[in-house]
Amino acid sequence: MKATVHVFLKPGVLDVQGKAVESALHGLGWPGVSDVRVGRVIELELPGDAASAEAEAKAMCERLLANTVIESYRVEVA
Amino acid sequence: MKAAVVVFPGSNCDRDCKDAIERSTGAEVAMIWHAETLLPAGLDLIVLPGGFAHGDYLRCGAMAALSPVMTEVRAAAERGVAVMGICNGFQILCEARLLPGALLRNVGLKYVCKPVDLEVVNSQTRFTAALRGRRQIRLTVGNGEGNYYADQPTLDRLEGEGQVVFRYADNPNGSARDIAGIVSARGNVLGMMPHPDRAFEPELGSADGALLFQSVLASA
Repeated sequence: MKATVHVFLKPGVLDVQGKAVESALHGLGWPGVSDVRVGRVIELELPGDAASAEAEAKAMCERLLANTVIESYRVEVA
Repeated sequence: MKAAVVVFPGSNCDRDCKDAIERSTGAEVAMIWHAETLLPAGLDLIVLPGGFAHGDYLRCGAMAALSPVMTEVRAAAERGVAVMGICNGFQILCEARLLPGALLRNVGLKYVCKPVDLEVVNSQTRFTAALRGRRQIRLTVGNGEGNYYADQPTLDRLEGEGQVVFRYADNPNGSARDIAGIVSARGNVLGMMPHPDRAFEPELGSADGALLFQSVLASA
């Protein structure tokens, strides 16, 4: 199974990269863009069925892939 | 007196820390490769130095927190041995959950490298006893991710329990409540972004850093 993990800073934690990208987009002529957030996507190939792959990927997020002090994550399995 | 400096692949202040400790205290300093699973017996201080351990892959300090030696560092911290994380070492201690919070990208997005004045908030820790009577010290910072973050209840607790040790006089990176360094609840684990190892002799612009190493090893 292929798992895709999305990791973003939690709402409320200032995403300075997102702010910088947003400001650059404004400068390029997209004044209406807002709430730009920069995160990370991690792809994993896992054995087993979808349910076990999702559980494994979540465990990996808790242990390493995300720092839950500052980040939240979302796992998609396909 | 016996100290150890952990060397991760990508550490770049390990030898600075060794020199700083030796010259300011005369203590014997062992250099410990991160893959070691045993620490020398009878250590009074373990230093996690600055740098870019494991290339800062994934997040700064994330891979280093899982290095084999960290099992022993954690055990030593639980026994009450003094552990000091400087810069990348502070990031590693947070990732290892030996200290609360995390270090985020600097608010200005820039790598900040300059001398900084620090308010001595708590001079009653094992690391700051020799600073008693000093309201301010001068060290240097060099970091891109030195912006300390913790949630509000954690920050309140750190302040209430005297765990905030140093604050920036002029915050260079957006750190919450100007925090530059904290200690664990038990007081034997210190994490700080400024470098005492780059300010331990007057020729380096300040000798204040020597007082930290002298404090912790004198109390040993």
